[in-house]
Amino acid sequence: MRPFLFSKSSAINQALAKKNGTTQYIAGGTNLVDLMKKHIAEPESLVDITSALPAKIEVTAKGIQIGAMVRNTPLANDAIILAKYPLIAKAVLAGASPQIRNMASTGGNLLQRTRCPYFYDVTTPCNKRKAGSGCSAIPGENRMSAIVGYSDQCIAVHPSDLCVALAALDASVKVQDKSGKTQSIAFTDFHRLPGTTPERDNNLPANALIHSIEINENAFAKNCAYVKVRDRDSYAFALVSVAAALNLKDNQIVEARLASGGVAHKPWRWLEAEQYLKGKTANAATFEAAADIAIKDLRAQSHNGFKIPMLKGAIETALQQCLNR
Amino acid sequence: MKQEYNFSRRFFLKTSSALGALAFIPKGVKAFYEEVKNFIVPKKEQLPLTVSINKKSYAIKADTRTTLLDLLREDLNLTGAKKGCDHGQCGACTVHIDGERALSCLTLAAMVPGKEVTTIEGLANGDKLHPMQEAFIECDGFQCGYCTPGQIMSAVACVKEGHTKSVAEIKEFMSGNLCRCGAYNGIVESIQKVAAK
Ligand SMILES: Cc1cc2nc3c(=O)[nH]c(=O)nc-3n(C[C@H](O)[C@H](O)[C@H](O)COP(=O)(O)OP(=O)(O)OC[C@H]3O[C@@H](n4cnc5c(N)ncnc54)[C@H](O)[C@@H]3O)c2cc1C
Ligand code: SF4
Ligand code: FES
Ligand code: FES
Repeated sequence: MRPFLFSKSSAINQALAKKNGTTQYIAGGTNLVDLMKKHIAEPESLVDITSALPAKIEVTAKGIQIGAMVRNTPLANDAIILAKYPLIAKAVLAGASPQIRNMASTGGNLLQRTRCPYFYDVTTPCNKRKAGSGCSAIPGENRMSAIVGYSDQCIAVHPSDLCVALAALDASVKVQDKSGKTQSIAFTDFHRLPGTTPERDNNLPANALIHSIEINENAFAKNCAYVKVRDRDSYAFALVSVAAALNLKDNQIVEARLASGGVAHKPWRWLEAEQYLKGKTANAATFEAAADIAIKDLRAQSHNGFKIPMLKGAIETALQQCLNR
Repeated sequence: MKQEYNFSRRFFLKTSSALGALAFIPKGVKAFYEEVKNFIVPKKEQLPLTVSINKKSYAIKADTRTTLLDLLREDLNLTGAKKGCDHGQCGACTVHIDGERALSCLTLAAMVPGKEVTTIEGLANGDKLHPMQEAFIECDGFQCGYCTPGQIMSAVACVKEGHTKSVAEIKEFMSGNLCRCGAYNGIVESIQKVAAK
């Protein structure tokens, strides 16, 4: 690790005042400490924000607000989450390990960086780590890489499970900038596609911090599922994952939500398939047709053609699991 | 960034030995050299920390980069927690922080003051082993033993959390602890045994 100065802030404005281009916030540290050990992140100073940000889940007029410092374990065990937004708990429990979930914060989960092997290997070119150096994954090892929304500069995927559920539920990210001003960013606009700027993962304004996540009330609590396919049964990042949620009335789909992890540089919404599902009868044929719509324009890399049929199966399985039968 | 830094550091190390050999450098040059050095080589910060480990308080000074794992093993001689991967991927370094299992290799020592840390050394009551330690011995919950302190700390938490309703649940909630010897069946049995008490 590069030497750094360390301080702790107990209030948001204090933390914001300390932030500049060479300072980084630290929450659970599960991603940042790792990146610092590998010299991928080299901040000159760290600000501990664990006591500065909200760590509660609160009911609001429109829905709920999840404080940025709510750790993953209490998030997945929370009574309100389990009763009204169980998709969140399912996605969180599909990620990492109990130890890591005890440490990892909600804000940090959104900002965790890709697990592309070349991003982690500082001896290889990587546009995300060093802009303009090239992408080693395109001609190299890319079985974990994206199958949609990528560019000729980066084909990495966003590794979060929680974010897939938040994208499906149309959450928004409340951020606060250095001037103290707060702003709400729609979840699906928070993370970016790589385009020509793969070094940027998201649209968090410079030096701003994540204050909380907001989710409006919805009718998806009863029929939702999270399916994650990975190289081992547990404690591995997704090859593909699917968050599915249905609002059902007598087996007719009033509204549907379908999102995936492991397929793109950001949590990916299958909007056309969602539109198709609307008004249809919930059965295997409908689900298969929706999955076919989702996969129709995907383009795999040299080593991950398997992801397309895998995704189709995962979408059908997730929709089927929504029916709780 | 990284390459530049490495180059500068190497540059500094080389020039520093060369300059050190010359005994008669005017003071002004030395001061200038100090300034350049401070600019190129990032400052190290030693933090005074008071940490509570196994209910004992320690007041020490540590570089900001010190992880809780290194603090335990290198500074406090508590070598029970093991360094398997140092990157959050194996669970060998598992300890309890305020009663919850956590990875000491991804925890900065600077973030521990004010919290209570329990390591494998703090489980037994005098000469009397913790029931989970006894169960691991009885059920052959280990072979080489390297992953064992982490497994036991995780297992104690797993029982406390109540994630022992089925073998599948135990396996899921112990998945953050890898065992290269494959002692998994004995580990699951140990946990079932303690959970049934
Ligand atoms: C072995 C391993 C397996 C994992 N498996 C999974 C998995 O399967 N699924 C999954 O989803 N995740 C997984 N993770 C990732 C883990 O969930 C993330 O590392 C974690 O959520 C990050 O949260 P943190 O609080 O520890 O963030 P930190 O490491 O503290 O911070 C991460 C980044 O976010 C910034 N930051 C943190 N909070 C804020 C804030 N409020 N405002 C502004 N900036 C902030 C920090 O400056 C830093 O840049 C895994 C991690 C490991 C090590
Ligand atoms: S896919 Fe992105 S993260 Fe991976 S090597 Fe290419 S540029 Fe780097
Ligand atoms: S040493 Fe900490 S998880 Fe491997
Ligand atoms: S007993 Fe050898 S690694 Fe687990």
